[in-house]
Amino acid sequence: METLIILLTGFLVSVAVYLLLSRSLVRVIIGTSLLSHAVHLLLLTMGGLKKGGVPIIGEKTLAYTDALPQALILTAIVINFGVTALFLVLAFRTYQETGTEQLDQLRGMADE
Amino acid sequence: MLTIHLAIIFPLLAALFVPFISKKFANIHIGWFILSVPIILFLTLVQFIPSIAMGETYIYSVPWIPTYGIHFNIMLDGLSLIFGLIITGIGILVVLYSIYYLSREEALTHFYIYLLLFMGGMLGVVFTDHLLVLYAFWEVTSLSSFLLIAFWYHRKMSRLGAQKSLLITVSGGVAMLVGFIMVYIMAGTMSLREIIALVSTEPGPSLADHPLFVPAMLLILLGAFTKSAQFPFHIWLPRAMEAPTPVSAYLHSATMVKAGIYLVARLTPIFGGDGLWFWLVSGVGLITLLWGSFTAVRQTDLKALLAYSTVSQLGLIMSLLGIGSVALYFGQGPQSVLYTQATFAALFHLVNHATFKGALFMVVGIVDLGLGTRDVRRLGGLMAFMPVTFTIALIGSFSMAGLPPFNGFLSKEMFFAAVLEAKALSIFSMETWGILFPVLAWTASIFTFVYSMIIVFRTFLGKYKPERLEHEAREAPVGMLISPLVLATLVVALFFFPNVLSQYLLQPAMETIFPVLATENGLIYTIKAWHGIDATLMMTIGVVLVGTLLYKWRTWQGVYRLFPERFSLDRVFDHSLFLIEKGSSKLTRAYMTGFLRDYYVYIFLFFIVVVGGTYLWKGPLPITLLQDSSVEVYEVSLVLVMVAAALAIPFVQSRITAILLNGVLGFAIAFFFVIFRAPDLALTQLVVEMVTTVLFLLCFYYLPEWKKEPAPTRTKVINLIIAGLAGVLFTLIALSVNSGALFESISPYFEKTGELTGNNNIVNAILADFRAFDTMLEVIVLLIAGIGVYTLIKVRAQQKGEADLEN
Repeated sequence: METLIILLTGFLVSVAVYLLLSRSLVRVIIGTSLLSHAVHLLLLTMGGLKKGGVPIIGEKTLAYTDALPQALILTAIVINFGVTALFLVLAFRTYQETGTEQLDQLRGMADE
Repeated sequence: MLTIHLAIIFPLLAALFVPFISKKFANIHIGWFILSVPIILFLTLVQFIPSIAMGETYIYSVPWIPTYGIHFNIMLDGLSLIFGLIITGIGILVVLYSIYYLSREEALTHFYIYLLLFMGGMLGVVFTDHLLVLYAFWEVTSLSSFLLIAFWYHRKMSRLGAQKSLLITVSGGVAMLVGFIMVYIMAGTMSLREIIALVSTEPGPSLADHPLFVPAMLLILLGAFTKSAQFPFHIWLPRAMEAPTPVSAYLHSATMVKAGIYLVARLTPIFGGDGLWFWLVSGVGLITLLWGSFTAVRQTDLKALLAYSTVSQLGLIMSLLGIGSVALYFGQGPQSVLYTQATFAALFHLVNHATFKGALFMVVGIVDLGLGTRDVRRLGGLMAFMPVTFTIALIGSFSMAGLPPFNGFLSKEMFFAAVLEAKALSIFSMETWGILFPVLAWTASIFTFVYSMIIVFRTFLGKYKPERLEHEAREAPVGMLISPLVLATLVVALFFFPNVLSQYLLQPAMETIFPVLATENGLIYTIKAWHGIDATLMMTIGVVLVGTLLYKWRTWQGVYRLFPERFSLDRVFDHSLFLIEKGSSKLTRAYMTGFLRDYYVYIFLFFIVVVGGTYLWKGPLPITLLQDSSVEVYEVSLVLVMVAAALAIPFVQSRITAILLNGVLGFAIAFFFVIFRAPDLALTQLVVEMVTTVLFLLCFYYLPEWKKEPAPTRTKVINLIIAGLAGVLFTLIALSVNSGALFESISPYFEKTGELTGNNNIVNAILADFRAFDTMLEVIVLLIAGIGVYTLIKVRAQQKGEADLEN
């Protein structure tokens, strides 16, 4: 299972990097979103998958799943949400001010 | 007792209050308040003279960064006392002089803050016992010197001069720091006193055999030579003359430039007796002496002339210290005492130079301020108008030229005696090269004589040329004359009573430089003006004769055509700096394209090259797949859905599809969270994904239609390769990390959360209890992002509103 998920994250990273390298600001934003999805999955995998029960004390289980990566991911999800929101509004404002969201056209503008 | 600590801190503290005082007493020249600082310090230090003369040394320690063994140790001994007295004594005179030199319209608060900063830094340099603390104060003096040179920062030359001095002295300072660290590696301590005690014990461990001995010596000398303007680093000093004249008199002739001399004198017990040290210190000193005096003669600007003369005099002191260090080669016997006389002469000349050069700088300042020029070609015949100034100039110049009855005569004679002793040496290949010492010294002294005469006679005698002056010549105000008069009096007094100075200040200092010699043999020196008709006297007479001839008969100055300005070291430095700036700006422009994609390419290429390179170089890490848990069919189908969704994103035609596909990925991950026993994550992911998708859709309503990527195919291929490589590397590393368990997991600790926090949900407990601070900061990040979003939208609305109003 772990190998399968790692292969999936690797693939997600590739697509994310490809999107990051494109000229359109919107694609770049979707790329960052994809990249964080990949990282979340990776973090979870590093703690071992399906190795125990839900990490809530009192559940009838012999062992608990590693809770630490979960806590980290929870933080990451929320932060990622904040960053994406800011990015989006920034892109939206940039488009409003400059009339383009193509990065090569944005280069060298007066208020760069 | 903390007196000396306070002495260092006092000027720095006083600097803090300068702005308040200047505001409170706006109609009084702030210099009058500042004057109290050096006076108090001087009087404090004077109290130490008798006990230091008895051979006492004061050591006080205050821990500064005790974890690293850095203590703010103060060492007050003979050597530091001389410097302390010069710094505070000349400080009094310079501040007094500056009150008349700088009018109230100038930025006086800045000036005096910088000056106090320097005073504190310089006192720190000479009083500290710890090498790192010394370095810190050393840089404080460099910085304050920079600020003072650029005091009239609206002038281009001031800024350039300040830049040059900072570049040269600070790079020397950094080299010195590395040297200090090497000394620490060799000696195991940073305390000067302990290092000197270590090398002075016989038979102690000799540092000279250590492989770092020579590199440390070279680096420290680099620091000393740059600070003390030794050839070829002297070029910053003439450019530093853009500073106001009180600064030139104080920093750039009497004190700061002597920091290098101080360092060499202080470290003589450690490095002295070594052939390389001898040759570098005395050789560089002699070259500086000759080149400085030779170049000084061609100057037409009086201040530049004085600057080169300072360079040359610093070289003289440096060479004397070099010759004196030979004493340590001969061990601690009586025959060594002979050579210590050179060091003694160096200290004596150090004091003398501070007096006569200080007076001369002040004279030039008076002329410059009064007449609006300091170009010797426009000056002349001022004696009748400025008799007092003339007298001071005469005393200063004649002392510098080495004529009696002024103190310069005494130290010049001692200098000649020292080079003659050096010639007779039969070590360090001096048998062959020794003759150069007296020859160079004598030649340089002739030039010194010539430029000293230029200062007096071209300025004050000859024809008065009122049509070439901006103001009419008249004597300076009394207040301005006090300081140079005091110094001129000292010049004469030191000639008649040199042994007072010698007994109370110079001999204790000698005992610091040669501690063992002093205890075993006793270092007693008497300075005599007349010691019969001997070689040194003949040399002085020769200097006067040839010097007069050269001054009268100027055609020899055609020699200077062999050294055109264009090829001077100064220009070479400027030009190479210009080329470096141009080159680096070109280089930066070449890769800082302002295009986001390029920066991403750098980042990912760096990742690929460094991580992938390490992978190839070290060989692949082991990968095992044995610990894997089972895979179910529905899981595989979920993975396939995600792959398909991700793969489709770059290719879809409409942006709505892209957003939805991104949503598909997010929800699929939420599914995985459920499968992987993470209910909290699944919940959060669902909520966040929902809101994100809505946000995307909202924004996309305003954003343009998704265009086909307009990039050429070649770029796309490159992007694809980079993306592929990044993904592959990522996978490989993740697989290898997953295969190994380097250490025990810390997670079982959190399973006790029930007892520890009363919270049965482990993930919640980690977030809200164990890492509560982290979570709080995370909330703040969200808040900031929220404010950012709000402002971005709101600002636009306001602008729109304003625009509507205007219409």
